[in-house]
Amino acid sequence: MSATTVHGHAAHAEHEHHDLGFIRTYVFSTDHKMIAKQFLFMGLFMLIIGGALALVVRWQLAWPETPVPGLGMILTETGGVIEPSHYNMAFTMHATIMIFFVVMPILAGAFGNFLIPLQIGARDMAFPTLNMLSFWTTFPAALIMIAGFFVPGGHAAAGWTSYTPLSSVAQYTGVNWGQNLWCISLFVMGVGSMMGSINYITTIINMRAPGMSLFRMPLALWSLFITAILLLLALPVLTSAAAMLLFDRTLGTNWFNPSQGGEPLLWQHLFWYFGHPEVYILILPAMGIASEILPVFCRKPIFGYHAMAFSMIGIAFLSWIVYGHHMFVSGMNPMLGLTFTITTMIIAVPSAIKTFNWLGTLWGGRITFPPPMLFALGFVSMFVIGGLSGIFMASTPVDIYIQDTYFIVAHIHYVVFGGSIMGAFAAIYFWFPKMFGRMTNNALGHVHFWLTIVAFNVTFFPMHIIGVGGQMRRIYNPMQYEFLQHQQHWNVIMTVGALVLGFSQILFAINFLMSIASGKKAPANPWNANTLEWLAESPPPHLNWGPRIPTVYRGPYEYSSPEGPEDWLPQDRLVVASSS
Amino acid sequence: MLNWWLPENVATFGDEIDWLFHLIYWITGITFVLVAVTFLAFLFLYRDRPGRRARYTHGSTPLEIAWTVTPTLILVVLTFLSLPAWSRIKMSMPQTDFVVQVRAKQFNWEFTYPGADGKFGTPDDKTFLDEMHVPTGKPVRINLGARDVIHSFFVPQFRFKQDAVPGREIAAWFEVRKPGKYEAPCAELCGFGHSGMKAWVFAHAGADYDTWAAENLKGEAAPAAAGAKPADATPADAKPADAKPVKTEEKAKR
Repeated sequence: MSATTVHGHAAHAEHEHHDLGFIRTYVFSTDHKMIAKQFLFMGLFMLIIGGALALVVRWQLAWPETPVPGLGMILTETGGVIEPSHYNMAFTMHATIMIFFVVMPILAGAFGNFLIPLQIGARDMAFPTLNMLSFWTTFPAALIMIAGFFVPGGHAAAGWTSYTPLSSVAQYTGVNWGQNLWCISLFVMGVGSMMGSINYITTIINMRAPGMSLFRMPLALWSLFITAILLLLALPVLTSAAAMLLFDRTLGTNWFNPSQGGEPLLWQHLFWYFGHPEVYILILPAMGIASEILPVFCRKPIFGYHAMAFSMIGIAFLSWIVYGHHMFVSGMNPMLGLTFTITTMIIAVPSAIKTFNWLGTLWGGRITFPPPMLFALGFVSMFVIGGLSGIFMASTPVDIYIQDTYFIVAHIHYVVFGGSIMGAFAAIYFWFPKMFGRMTNNALGHVHFWLTIVAFNVTFFPMHIIGVGGQMRRIYNPMQYEFLQHQQHWNVIMTVGALVLGFSQILFAINFLMSIASGKKAPANPWNANTLEWLAESPPPHLNWGPRIPTVYRGPYEYSSPEGPEDWLPQDRLVVASSS
Repeated sequence: MLNWWLPENVATFGDEIDWLFHLIYWITGITFVLVAVTFLAFLFLYRDRPGRRARYTHGSTPLEIAWTVTPTLILVVLTFLSLPAWSRIKMSMPQTDFVVQVRAKQFNWEFTYPGADGKFGTPDDKTFLDEMHVPTGKPVRINLGARDVIHSFFVPQFRFKQDAVPGREIAAWFEVRKPGKYEAPCAELCGFGHSGMKAWVFAHAGADYDTWAAENLKGEAAPAAAGAKPADATPADAKPADAKPVKTEEKAKR
């Protein structure tokens, strides 16, 4: 493998020109590092929109039907008061944007693109042009999604799950083109995502540097590899379902409309068959990122490398046969509930293994706490809560009660915010020096972390409590229910937490932008880390490496190895008389 | 402990659900405390101090086997505690002659009683809007359907939830132990009026139910007459019901 790879790189390098001009360098770039930055900026921009929508939702739940400060400029006819149709649109688009246009572009898009060639020692992706097309497909998808806010009838308001026939018959929601654009956008996004995932898989299989065997790959690469496989297999299901929904709405087909012979549960089966692997698409890269960062700042090898890799593979397989746990009370044959209970319980085991291995990595370490480590630790601790709360739902009888309550909302946010977004912040702080060639501000990073983790828990932990108290998700005004009124104070507390959480991200934005402009110049390897990306300059030049690509002699986490006097041993360093 | 989390349970299978809930609560709670204490202790004990070098280890097979097997065993036990309860609640139907047809529509619940002849689909059926009356101590079978979009019939204090799906009729049941008035919200997003879509379930002790039924269900086949006396026999704590009986004008549209 190695000989052909080296040859391939050399041939590839000859075709490239370093002086590409503005458009080819910054806009229609085929350089994986630039595409990674494009995905990152897009994801962070969409995070602002998704976050603002979340605050709108939270405001309404805490202080129902009072004017939102500043919203009067947009909702002129109501003076800033959120109406039920606005509210449904806000939570629908909050989830849609956060899942498809924030977490996926940042974790899979940005860090997948940035890390894969650098960590395997390649000069670029296998298909650079396809890579460029992947971004330039995802970006219009985001524009289409944003356009939905400006069409008559408003944006999609049937939940991010878009259960039919609420979503498939316009008269039920009063939403017309908003829902159509939602379908079109996800279809286009799905195509872009498939291009990216094919590229990731091909690159990792074919273009690893000499000596980089699969079990010498950093766990971030394992996670991105497995994520890409899940993306490749899951996204076609979503795109097909989105097309079917669009055809029902515009061409008069009747896949999902029962009054014309369609089957509403078909949508749920298609959606969750995609949707559960999707949850792991969101969390696996964050697991890989945490597994990458913990060893560096513990100065010791990851605990149980093989178990970490195999547990991710196990999760990937099992993720296909658990989706029915979203549908226990949907009217699906309750017999199926039995099987999905068993598989859902089993899928908790690999996550438990990973958690204990992260703890094992801390054991006996020499731990320092810069911002990337803080966010990685935040990821681990919040993921523990999100994982444990999942066991309640796996037990079908308990799920009867907590299905569609705020307990579910708490769970998903501990996994996707506490997990994926914390992982994304950890990754940004960790690889920022490599991406932009500058260091971030340490003090601002610390303040950002502590505000985020405290406000996060104030915002989301009480959701468990009100969920068990029975509060349904997606309701506009809890005060309409007598049995919920006694816990309304929690909604106020959560909204205050959410406001602090939202506004403390301004610190991150300041740190991020100021550091790009005028951060301290970063050395090639600021964290004394072992993996290959730290051999390249910061930021890496076009085609990443000098005249020859690195050769790999050992696994990625040889910290504090007795082989050398230093407490790190890069993957490419040849130690004479070594037995590794 | 922490019963204040859950609203009071008044239905028979709610006990099983609450028992499982509390079991999982304790298992996950203890696990969380152990993990969190270990986590924080490691962060403190192994913080960077001058002159220390991290322990060079790649793992420990016995430990890894231990923490694979232990959660697996706990989850297997939980699985086999959950499955029988699930099959008793959702896969079996106790013998009962008390059947109510429930139809959800944007944004109301319709409850249809078979009337004097005991059959649905006859002119003496009685339908009530957002108001359901059931006896205590007797399994209640509901035949659940929806007229437009998916709704979900949720009665928190019965620990009951079942989606109502247009195009199909789903049989479900509960048995109430304690008389009272219970809120039954829709739990599945069903449109702009989803919030506030709810019914009241009135559970009457035996004789009270008979009184209510005699006054409201046994009338002649004139739905308008039945509307004259809505829900006289509600329990003392219940406010006069604002719901009106409506005509049973339609079969579930397919």
